[in-house]
Amino acid sequence: MKYSSQMVAKPYFIFALILLAGEIVFGLAMGAQYLYGDFLFPAIPFNVLRMVHTNLLIVLLLFGFMGATYYLIPEESERELWSPLLAKITFWVFAAAGVATILGYLLVPYATLAELTYNNILPTMGREFLEQPTITKIGIVFVVLSYILNVTMTVVKGRRTTISVILLTGLFGLAFFFLFAFYVPENLVMDKFFWWFVVHLWVEATWELILGALLAFVLIKTTGVDREHIDKWLYLIIAMTLISGLAGTGHHFFYIGTPGYWLWIGSIASAAEPIPFFLMILFAFNMAKNRRIQHNNKIALTWAKGTAIVGFLGAGVWGFIHTLAPINYYTHGTQLTAAHGHLAFFGAYVMICFTVISYAMPILRGRAHGNGVKAQKVELISFWMMVIGMIGITLALTAAGIIQIEMQRLPDSAHAIGFMETQAAISSVYAIRLAFGLMVLGGLLTYFYSFFVKEAE
Amino acid sequence: MSERITKNMARNIYFGGGLFAILVFAGLTVDTVQKIPELSHDDKITESVALGKQVWENNNCVGCHTIMGEGAYYAPELGNAFQRLGASDEQAFKTYLAGWMAAQPLDTPDRRKMPQFHLTQEQVNNLADFLIWTSRVNNQEWPPNIKG
Ligand code: HEM
Ligand SMILES: [Fe+2]
Repeated sequence: MKYSSQMVAKPYFIFALILLAGEIVFGLAMGAQYLYGDFLFPAIPFNVLRMVHTNLLIVLLLFGFMGATYYLIPEESERELWSPLLAKITFWVFAAAGVATILGYLLVPYATLAELTYNNILPTMGREFLEQPTITKIGIVFVVLSYILNVTMTVVKGRRTTISVILLTGLFGLAFFFLFAFYVPENLVMDKFFWWFVVHLWVEATWELILGALLAFVLIKTTGVDREHIDKWLYLIIAMTLISGLAGTGHHFFYIGTPGYWLWIGSIASAAEPIPFFLMILFAFNMAKNRRIQHNNKIALTWAKGTAIVGFLGAGVWGFIHTLAPINYYTHGTQLTAAHGHLAFFGAYVMICFTVISYAMPILRGRAHGNGVKAQKVELISFWMMVIGMIGITLALTAAGIIQIEMQRLPDSAHAIGFMETQAAISSVYAIRLAFGLMVLGGLLTYFYSFFVKEAE
Repeated sequence: MSERITKNMARNIYFGGGLFAILVFAGLTVDTVQKIPELSHDDKITESVALGKQVWENNNCVGCHTIMGEGAYYAPELGNAFQRLGASDEQAFKTYLAGWMAAQPLDTPDRRKMPQFHLTQEQVNNLADFLIWTSRVNNQEWPPNIKG
C-alpha cells in the first residue's frame, strides 16, 4: 500500500461481500418459493424477497465501486485521498441507510412502508429496482455526491491519468442518470421510458466506463504493461460502449408504447453492444500475454480474465440472443430475460468487484505480494464454484425460457398454454436452478474461507 | 489491428463517437417524448387511472408481475389482463378483479401465492381503470397472444 488513506477501502470491500452473501441467501429463498409457493409465505412474499435480492445487488456493487475507487484513486493520483474522514462517514451513512431500508422491506408491508416514508409527497416507490423509499433515494444522492466530491478533489489535486479521468466520467454519469429515479409521471409509458435512463444507462453505459477503468487498473498492476498501451485499449472499449450503448437503450423501447422506429434503431445499435465486451477479452488476454512482470498475486489476474469472459458471455452473448426486435417479441419478459440478467450482472459487475478485492485486499492486509499459495488455491476453487454455479443458473433459466416461449408465446391465442400452467410444467428445471444456486453460495463461503487460510512458514 | 491505432486516435474516436452518440440519443429522446402522449392516449388518463397507478406502485405489484413485459417473472403479465380476464368488457373486468383481490391468497397448497393487500373498493376500481388504460396503449401489438 503506497498511501495510508487507501485503507478506507477495506470496510467497503468487507461490507460488499457481506451484502453479496445476503443477496445469494435471498435468491435461494426465491428459488425455493418458485418450487414451493408456501415456503416463507405469507411471512415474506415473493415481491419482498425479490426486492431485497435485487437491492442488495445494487448496493453491494456501489460499495464495491466505492471501495475500488478509494483504493485506486490515491495510487493513480499519487497523493493521499482528499478526505479519508469523509469517506469513513459516507461508509457509515450508506451502510446504516441500506440496513434500515432492507429492514423496512422485511418488517412492514410495502404499502405501509410507503405511507411511513411519506411516499405521497414525492412518489418514487414501487418500480422495479427503484423500490427504495424516497428518503433512501435522497440519501443515496448525498452519499454518491460526497463520494464524487472526494474523488474529484483527489484527482484534481494530483496526477491525472486516463484511468482516473474515465472512472470519474463514469461516476458523474452514474450520479446524473440516477436523478431520473425521481421522475415518476402519471403516464406509465413515459415512466417506463425514463426508468430505463437509470437502469440501461447505468449497466450498459456509465458503469461500463467504471468497469473498463477498474479492469485497466488491475491489469496495469498485475502485468506491468505500459500505460500508453493500456490507455489506448481503454479508449477503444469505452468509445464502443457509448456508440452502441446509448442508442442501444432502444432495445427496451420495442413494446412499451414508444414509437415504432425504435424497433430498427434499438435492434441495430444494441446488436453492436457485445463489441466493447469482446474488446475487454482481447484486452485482458493481450495484456496478460505481453506482461512485463510476474506478479505473485496470480488469482487477481485470473479474476480479471474471468470478468472479461463471463461479462462477455452474460452481457454480450446472452444479451444479443434477445436484442433483435423480432426475437424480443417472443422472449420479452420471460425467463430468458432473467437468465441474461443474472449472468450479465454477475460476470461484468460482481466479478470486477472480486477482481479488485482479490488484488487489493491482500495488500490492505499487509501482504504486498498477494496471498500465499495455499490461500490462492482455495480462492481458485471458489472462483470456479461461483462461475460454474452462475453459468448453471443461466443455462437452467435459458431452458426454462425456451420452454415457456414454446408453450405460452409461440402458439396462437386459441392454443397457447396459460402462464401458471406453463410455469408448473417447468418446475423440474427450477429445481436444477436452485441446485446451482447452492453451488454459488458454496463458492462464496469457500471464498470467505480463503481469507483465513494459514500458510506454512 | 491495435498496432495501427495510436492512443490519440483511440481518444478521438471516444470523444467524437461519444459526442455523436449523445446527440443522436438526445434527439430521439425529444422526439419520443413528443410522440408518447398520442401512442398512449394520454388524454384518457383520468384521476382514477392516475390513482390506480399509485395503488399499483404502493403495493409493489411489479415485484411479481410483468406489465408490458417488464417487472418480475413470477406471476402473469397484466398489461393485457383486461382482455384476458375481462374479455375487454369494463364492467366484467371490474367485477372479476374485485373478486380476485378479495380471494387472495388462494389456498391451493404450494401454488405460487399472491398476498392479501386489503384494498378498498375504491382502490380496486382505480387499479382496474389503470389496467384498462394500460391495455389500450399502442405497443406494437405485444404480447403475441392473449396468454401474455
Ligand atoms: C453488464 C451489462 C448488462 C447487464 C448488467 C444487463 C442486465 C439486464 C437486466 C437485469 C435486464 C432485465 C431488466 C428488467 O427487469 O426488465 C436486462 C434486459 C435486457 N438486456 Fe441486458 N444487461 C447487460 C448488457 C446487455 C447487452 C450488452 C445487451 C445486448 C447485446 C443486452 C440486452 C438486453 C435486452 C434486449 C433486454 C430486455 C429483455 C426483455 O425484453 O425482457 N443487455 N438486462
Ligand atoms: Fe439494456
